[in-house]
Amino acid sequence: MAIKNESDVCVELPPLPLPGSDTVPLSALRTGEQGVVATMAGGRGLLCRMTSLGFTPGVEVTVLQNYGRGPLIARVRDARIALGRGEARKIYVRKRSG
Amino acid sequence: MSISHSLVAEETLVSELDSAEETVLVALAGQPNVGKSTVFNVLTGLNQHVGNWPGKTVERKEGAFTHDGSTYRLVDLPGTYSLTANSAEEVITREFIIREKPDVVVAMVDAAILERSLYLVAELLPLGVPVVVGLNMIDVAEQEGFHIEPEVLEAALGAKVVPMVASKNIGVRNLVAAIGEVARGDYEYAPKLPEIRADHREVLAKIEELLEGCVPAPYPQDWVALKLLEGDRAITEMMQECLPEERWQAVQDVLRAHDDALVAVASGRYEWIGRMIRAAVTRPKPGQIGLTERLDRWATHPIWGLLILAAILGLTFALTYTLGAPLQDLLDTYVVGASADLARSWLAGVGAPAWLVGLVADGVIGGAGAMLTFLPILVIFFAVMGILEDVGYMARGAYVMDSFMHLMGLHGKSFLPLFLGFGCNVPAVLGTRVIESRRARLVTILLAPLVPCTARMTVIAFLAPAFFGSAATLVSWGMILLALLVLALSGVLINCLLFRGQRAAFIMELPLYHVPNWRTIGLLVWQRSLEFLRKAIVVILPVSVVVWALSVLPGGDIETSYLAQVGRWLEPVGGLMGFDWRLLVALLASFIAKENSIATLGVLFGTEEEAGLAATLAGTLSIPTALAFLVVQMLFVPCVATVAAVKQETGSWGWTLFNLAFLLVVSWGAGSAVYWLATWGGL
Repeated sequence: MAIKNESDVCVELPPLPLPGSDTVPLSALRTGEQGVVATMAGGRGLLCRMTSLGFTPGVEVTVLQNYGRGPLIARVRDARIALGRGEARKIYVRKRSG
Repeated sequence: MSISHSLVAEETLVSELDSAEETVLVALAGQPNVGKSTVFNVLTGLNQHVGNWPGKTVERKEGAFTHDGSTYRLVDLPGTYSLTANSAEEVITREFIIREKPDVVVAMVDAAILERSLYLVAELLPLGVPVVVGLNMIDVAEQEGFHIEPEVLEAALGAKVVPMVASKNIGVRNLVAAIGEVARGDYEYAPKLPEIRADHREVLAKIEELLEGCVPAPYPQDWVALKLLEGDRAITEMMQECLPEERWQAVQDVLRAHDDALVAVASGRYEWIGRMIRAAVTRPKPGQIGLTERLDRWATHPIWGLLILAAILGLTFALTYTLGAPLQDLLDTYVVGASADLARSWLAGVGAPAWLVGLVADGVIGGAGAMLTFLPILVIFFAVMGILEDVGYMARGAYVMDSFMHLMGLHGKSFLPLFLGFGCNVPAVLGTRVIESRRARLVTILLAPLVPCTARMTVIAFLAPAFFGSAATLVSWGMILLALLVLALSGVLINCLLFRGQRAAFIMELPLYHVPNWRTIGLLVWQRSLEFLRKAIVVILPVSVVVWALSVLPGGDIETSYLAQVGRWLEPVGGLMGFDWRLLVALLASFIAKENSIATLGVLFGTEEEAGLAATLAGTLSIPTALAFLVVQMLFVPCVATVAAVKQETGSWGWTLFNLAFLLVVSWGAGSAVYWLATWGGL
């Protein structure tokens, strides 16, 4: 009885270029910290959703709220996006100092 | 039982304008929360038809307006962030534009989130239909520190840009004028199209070469090539069928070597957007904090956020009980009761046969009328839902409830619709429309009937004191907790069994807060209420007449009726909980409306007065049986109005029947368990 043609049931893509040692998952950024997106992982459905909500490599991200557990809020391209922790772990960023 | 391909009883959109020759077809597109529905309502007023897209459970709105002697037919396309086939909304939007070729597409964008909301424009332009950009909410953008020059943006895009504040009716006239100008061809439309990121241009060219001459009309070839690179499922399937085997293999080889193309295509669009807005936008100084972010420090805080949500929910309940419930009583006494009496005396006066008097007074007015008394509560809940959505709070409520909803394999967006179920299950089921993911939406619909609604609570509130005296409050709370526990367990179960534990990705926008637009909310409440009333007449009325007929035929009284025969036939099943046929019949009668249980028990136990009934019941039923009856009453198949809503929103009889079967099994299982536990515990 599984649903076909469902965006969430996505075909897993081959792994993207491995995140370098200087990148951390978005979920590791604390409230107020900024970063630049390096790579994004995930199925086609999730990637499509992430890109259409503003996440692409090279874009600047500010974490507006991260309490270390549960979902977090990030600002990207002037929009506030709430992400589950699992989703935030799939976006790798280069942390901005200062 | 796939929901995306199920057939929905499609409402034919009566468009008397279809035949008129000078009608200009305008499509309204935009990402969610850009004020699309506000523009639609301002332009069409009450001159609109609401229905569903053919074969889909997505709402379709169409309306008309006139300008300068021409008639414009306006079709509201679903709000989508992109045009890649991930859900029904995106497919509907692009198929409409590609196949119907509207004269003008109005793309609404949010000036305060210009970069991101132009993403959809970047997807619309390559479809080859003239686009007019409605630059909405410039007031909010100014407030957030952005300064935008529409003329500069227009020059960069090569398409009309109309600055607007749709909620204050600013710029709407200019938008209409711009639509007219473009439709007549008076505007030199020369859009600059986005390109793929430089490192993928060769690949795109290679795919286009392989597709040459094989792309079916009316799809643009370059667009199909791009969608293949993006891995769009629908387009991939289409081209696999259209291309000769070896050419498809060649395409596959190219695609496989460039599986990161999705991100490259998206990056290309944002690069294009960057070029378009560079000269037109002055950004706020870094560090400037807007109103939304200041409010969100409270609204999305793990503790304050929950308290705010609790306060909003408490207020909703207070409103329901201080305003909704008394109104419901008034309607019941003075409208339903009075008209039933009137009908009875009038029909008796003209010498109508007794069966006709019963049919009209009890079957028609008593059945469908009982549903109508719920309208005040429904209106309150529709309004609360509409306000929370319109001011932008809905997403915050979802955010703070996300961790909790995870426990049952759902995410935050399912919380508010389920909460509405405490008032009535019907708005809960309709409210699931805010959930984007089809699967999460389906699970929420299936769970909604387990939320104890006011009608069920009325039954519990009457029966619990009768059975348990001073322990009634404890028992009532126990029943609510049990229902919620069963709901949570069912959520886990449905997720594991049906969807193998896969959870929908939680990623959503928290829109800017804005002042509620009463016109939009009013229209929403109006349309939802009308929909409910229509359903009360079309679906609920016939069902209540049938159930009424079963309860009086063939002999004229319920004891010897067909319904009683069904109850007796089911006695072995109910026997496991100590139920006799009368309790089963009371449950069956609750299908019309939950309160019918009490009235039916009254008839069957031979006491018309409620006080007498309480004493009789307490004397007749054992404690375990009484407990089990309350449990089954809580978890049983919902009323016919809810079932009708489930059928409409899932668009599938399969899922509706599954839901009913599931609830039957759950209520019977829980009832039996409670019965045996209570017996074993010596109650």
